[in-house]
Amino acid sequence: MNYVIIGNSAAAIGAVEGIRQQDKKSNITLISNENYHTYSRPLISYLLYGKTTEEKMKYRSNSFYKDNNCTLMFATVEKLDAKAKTLLLDDGKTVSYDKLLIATGSRPFVPPMAGLENVEKKYTFMSLDDVLALQASITPESRVLIVGAGLIGLKAAEGINDKVQSITVIDLADRILPSILDIEGSALVQKHIESKGVRFFLNDSVSSFSKNSAVLKSGKQIAFDILIIAVGVRPNTNLVKDAGGEVNRGIVTDTFCRTSLPDVFSAGDCAESFDITIAEYRVLALLPNAYMQGECAGINMAGGNKEYNNAIPMNAIGFFGLHIITAGSFDGESEVIKNADSYKKLIVKDGLLKGAIMIGDVSRAGIYTSIIRDQIPLDTVDFDMLKEKPQLLAFSKTARKQKLGGSEK
Amino acid sequence: MKRIYVNEEWCLGCHLCEYYCAFANGTNPDMIKALKGKKINPRIKVEDGGDVCFAVSCRHCKEPLCVKSCITGALSIVDGVISVDKERCVSCYTCIAACPYGTIMPSDEGVVQKCELCLKNSCGEPACVKGCPNRAIVFEERD
Repeated sequence: MNYVIIGNSAAAIGAVEGIRQQDKKSNITLISNENYHTYSRPLISYLLYGKTTEEKMKYRSNSFYKDNNCTLMFATVEKLDAKAKTLLLDDGKTVSYDKLLIATGSRPFVPPMAGLENVEKKYTFMSLDDVLALQASITPESRVLIVGAGLIGLKAAEGINDKVQSITVIDLADRILPSILDIEGSALVQKHIESKGVRFFLNDSVSSFSKNSAVLKSGKQIAFDILIIAVGVRPNTNLVKDAGGEVNRGIVTDTFCRTSLPDVFSAGDCAESFDITIAEYRVLALLPNAYMQGECAGINMAGGNKEYNNAIPMNAIGFFGLHIITAGSFDGESEVIKNADSYKKLIVKDGLLKGAIMIGDVSRAGIYTSIIRDQIPLDTVDFDMLKEKPQLLAFSKTARKQKLGGSEK
Repeated sequence: MKRIYVNEEWCLGCHLCEYYCAFANGTNPDMIKALKGKKINPRIKVEDGGDVCFAVSCRHCKEPLCVKSCITGALSIVDGVISVDKERCVSCYTCIAACPYGTIMPSDEGVVQKCELCLKNSCGEPACVKGCPNRAIVFEERD
């Protein structure tokens, strides 16, 4: 069997490890358009911050490809021919496959903005190359403007806050991190980030850029030296789309990670997963999801029969020492529990825990996550105890016995 | 492989396992000096509900959500034992979000910690099991 994987990040590595659970021998070829050993993409902000190094941020050991009998190629795939089962590379070479995984990830979305071409020092924040370029460009005198108050923009802000003169963040939305937090949580985290000197202009956008300044819709003018665009990302779906495969916002996959093209699988930020908390397919651009979807795809590529049927959104992120864990979806009745340094919200719908937000104290958050993921009916647990804190005491004795004394999971 | 199992019917709630764990994973060879008057941060924790109590530590799952979710590769399975590479952990706490048992926690060194079956410390076998006075915590092979 000849396995080919387009990509070299979490989903691709998951697929290699999934294939190797089934097939120890056949060759696996990974094709990457980034000239690096596999690295952890979310660590780029930690690299700026100085909390990791290029060596330590490798997602797997230096011997990973050798240990797993993989060939790593650096090239860009131009075209997928699903009938001939071949890939055309940018250097003109052709690679054929028996089973293919598309793990092409996503790319930064840069919306059309007037005068953007006049800005000399502008960066996106997605890859190791992006962050190395940004790192080379910042100085202690830099005034940095970040467009986008989402996960990427704010991690960039944290990464460079100690290394530049000032940071201003603007966003069209009226609050920060709207994709993972509720209104109250957003306000709390914003206050914390502001206390570190970061300035926000929300509910606003750039009306035009000149070389070193931006005029906002509100009329405000912001002078800057460096611009970071972190508005959002777009899944890389073109290979599948151009080959006639089904694509929505992301590449359409079933719960076995198969695309609509024969012997072509997809996983990670380019693909949609079935989010059980809303019972809908959507792109879950999160590293744990990419790995697990990739692993499942790998197992199935190698003839296994594994279903990826427990995907949920799950984020663990921190800003300037304030930890946040969120899981699931937030449509339902909510219970808020707060004290001086912590905020917690649990969202319940149809007798199930659908979502959780924890800010500050995040200890044992995974107990909530497991109740969401396993869709455990809340009438089988002591929910009042769970509201107080995540604890196994809230489960029935039988459930506990199974968890702590039962067979291997 | 051998894993730690707990039997809540036998647990006295004495919390000795927590002290043995903290001592085994600490650096001070004098137990009194290591523990007396200190706030301990053990990798095994007793949940105490009054009439029910039991100790909880890493289950060393075969399909570990913490390892699969780890964004850095710091968590991995080494000969069946889920281990933390302290050098690579950046304390993002994704593993804390993922572990269904709540058995991964911040360490005093600014990374995460979890039960590694005392294989990395001088004890060589789970100190909590060895020290449990009522055999409520055992280290054995089960199906």
